[in-house]
Amino acid sequence: MSALLSIRGLTKAYPGVLANSDIRFEVAAGEIHAILGENGAGKSTLVKTIYGLVTPDHGEMYLDGKAFEPRGPQQARAAGVSMVFQHFSLFEALTVAENIALGMAKPPKAADLGRQIRDIANAYGLSVDPDRLVGELSAGERQRVEITRCLLQNPRILIMDEPTSVLTPQEVQTLFATLRRLSDQGVAILYISHKLDEIRSLCHHATILRSGRVVGACRPAEKTTRQLAEMMIGLELTRPLPRLFTPGEAVMTLRDLTVPAETPFGTTLKRINLSLRTGEVLGIAGVAGNGQDELMRVLSGETRVPRECMIFDGRQMGHRGPTYRRIAGLLSAPEERLGHAAAADMSLADNAFLTGRQRQRLAYRGFLRTTSTTNFARAIITRFDVRTPGTDTPARALSGGNLQKFVIGREILQRPKVLVVNQPTWGVDAHAAATIRTALRDLAANGTGVLIISQDLDELMEIADTFSVLESGTLTAPQRTGSLTIDEIGLMMGGSTQEAPNAVA
Amino acid sequence: MLTLEPRTGNTHLLQTLTPVLAVAITMLAGAALFASLGKDPVEAIRIIFLDPLLDPYSRSELLVKAAPLALIAIGLSFGFRAGIWNIGAEGQFIIGALTGGATALAFYDISGVWLLPLMAIAGALGGFAWAMIPAILKTRWGANEILVSLMLVYVAELLLSALVSGPLRDPDGFNFPESRQFHDSATLPILLAGTRAHIGILITLGISVAAYVALHRHVFGYHIKLMGSAPRAASFAGVSTTTMTAACLGLSGALAGLAGLFEAAGPVGQLVPSLPAGYGFTAIIVAFLGRLDPLGIVLASLVVALTYIGGETAQFTLQIPAAAISVFQGMLLFFLLAVDVLARFRVKYMRRAQ
Repeated sequence: MSALLSIRGLTKAYPGVLANSDIRFEVAAGEIHAILGENGAGKSTLVKTIYGLVTPDHGEMYLDGKAFEPRGPQQARAAGVSMVFQHFSLFEALTVAENIALGMAKPPKAADLGRQIRDIANAYGLSVDPDRLVGELSAGERQRVEITRCLLQNPRILIMDEPTSVLTPQEVQTLFATLRRLSDQGVAILYISHKLDEIRSLCHHATILRSGRVVGACRPAEKTTRQLAEMMIGLELTRPLPRLFTPGEAVMTLRDLTVPAETPFGTTLKRINLSLRTGEVLGIAGVAGNGQDELMRVLSGETRVPRECMIFDGRQMGHRGPTYRRIAGLLSAPEERLGHAAAADMSLADNAFLTGRQRQRLAYRGFLRTTSTTNFARAIITRFDVRTPGTDTPARALSGGNLQKFVIGREILQRPKVLVVNQPTWGVDAHAAATIRTALRDLAANGTGVLIISQDLDELMEIADTFSVLESGTLTAPQRTGSLTIDEIGLMMGGSTQEAPNAVA
Repeated sequence: MLTLEPRTGNTHLLQTLTPVLAVAITMLAGAALFASLGKDPVEAIRIIFLDPLLDPYSRSELLVKAAPLALIAIGLSFGFRAGIWNIGAEGQFIIGALTGGATALAFYDISGVWLLPLMAIAGALGGFAWAMIPAILKTRWGANEILVSLMLVYVAELLLSALVSGPLRDPDGFNFPESRQFHDSATLPILLAGTRAHIGILITLGISVAAYVALHRHVFGYHIKLMGSAPRAASFAGVSTTTMTAACLGLSGALAGLAGLFEAAGPVGQLVPSLPAGYGFTAIIVAFLGRLDPLGIVLASLVVALTYIGGETAQFTLQIPAAAISVFQGMLLFFLLAVDVLARFRVKYMRRAQ
């Protein structure tokens, strides 16, 4: 069978990170092809390239043997490539038909369009009513609207980006039935996911990405979930010996923490129990979107919870805000550097003041102590080798790695009792990442409890003493790092519901 | 298709110069407007921008008009920086005049040095309370403060009319809808004999300096800027959105109320239905023209007051219609915003990708 889509040597570099490197694979007509990989493996960049949103640095794509170089989604769609994004772009106040008409270059008359939508929907078992308001639809129904929108263009390749992340199990089954029917009609489907069970039951072929490279290809049905996890996470990960550490007393405890999701795309935190001891580095692994941001906001104090749900240094503190927690010694560094951990348009000095005000005494009776603030900013810059012209530079002007060093350094220099960091080395070059990891280890060696939320297993294996996995808002019991094999960890992260074995530590 | 692209390189100088550029373009466009009405454009611009500066009485009037504009605009600028849009300063101005004026009328037969400070406090509290209505509706139920504060302007106008026609009407006033004249110790002392320049101008200057310090040297100003430039970082820093919303609306309400009281107890001297002269709305232009910075606002209030006084003169010396003067003043904000956008972005013509 000749390939419908052929990808040859696709390469795309962003500053500091090689998102795709020499990607090669082929997809036949009617094939459901999985692109499998952890977050950050390069899946998104790859499909955005195919959909014309990203221009590759090198490499070629061929559609039906002809060179395919889309300069934007319109061209990709014209060539027969459609994409359903993870987050929908629908207007809630409009009907299904109106939403679909908005995306069309020349929409047909309303009655015709309604009939077309019903025809397509019936043909693929999609059950979409063109006259309903999108605001009344569930996530699964909205996804069907997006799929219908794509199908109206008679695509030959349909890209589905993490389609099941917003669906209930029943909706997942409906979706699979639709996708199989499309495949029978000869539509090729690129299915982006990291959920191994789904891929095994649905996909004909899989291409596995890790760190921007193709590291394997297989027929998923012929592999066990465990084998797929090994391919996805990588076997070159050596199992480190458990680090010798003698943890002190528990300094921060979460008890039966349950927080309902704030938005439809949020995750509900379910009965989370956690205990962090002085001198301990606790890693929380898991694929993004499983409650990491929500947990982070609870710990930083941006989300208030009942007072007894969180105990810090012997005091109930669930109801306290960020300022109170900083004074008490609980510091944090969120994942998103620009806009959350730091204000992009403000100077580094102002950003040093952002969290340093209380513990570094950067204000006196409400008035800014500019000299102290500048000195504090300068101390961070010197100690963590932040490359910047000076403390007046706006945060926006720093590279990702430099700003991350500044943001983490700002908290470390304040000598916290507990430091919580989310994705401390995300998108950071290797040298800066090493600096940050060493600093976090040193901090723990001096008696601070360090909690690291990260998707990077290598990182957690390198610096964490103990280890839990956050999956669908549930936290597993902690394990000593090294007590688990890599494929056990992969299974826990991949969404298998099995409980972690033999809870220790 | 036209698209906007952020300008690269240093736009700092450009952005400082935009208000000056906007005033210059307004002069040119205004000249064209007046010429199209058959008036001598050069003379019209000269009357509006130059003549008021040459006459001593006009110069004092400039201060009388600029002071309430500056006072209100300074209050508004804090909220505008933080992304809280109080459009109803006119209403808070009226309520401040009402509460402060009612205090004066309550003591119409008693005089004392304590009366003016008491009136000032009552005026500020009145404006504060009026601004708390949108603040509470916003923080509790997420109501849009722009709509609520704007609609409350009309409520305040009608309330003023009702009160001066009823409970606050001058008993010896032949049923005219006006209050009694405030007596001497309820009227602001005059700074320059023979003019209407009152002590409120000095107080406004003092408040400008205090606001400058609060904005650039105090944690309050830091939090305002932080909230405006990165709301999530502000929440991470521990800034309470609720408190800041209430503080910004309350502060702008209090200053607008104080300005209203100064107007009632200064140039007007009593409560009349025509007291609101649009200061609350014009102050929005002044706030932006002054780059949302207290010192810039003081300068901007003088420029805008100039167009007001000059505009009036032009109306009766050149018979330019009042509507044309309003258009002229509106152009100032229009050109400021336009020049602002063009200082930060360059316009690029793009062919639609197909």
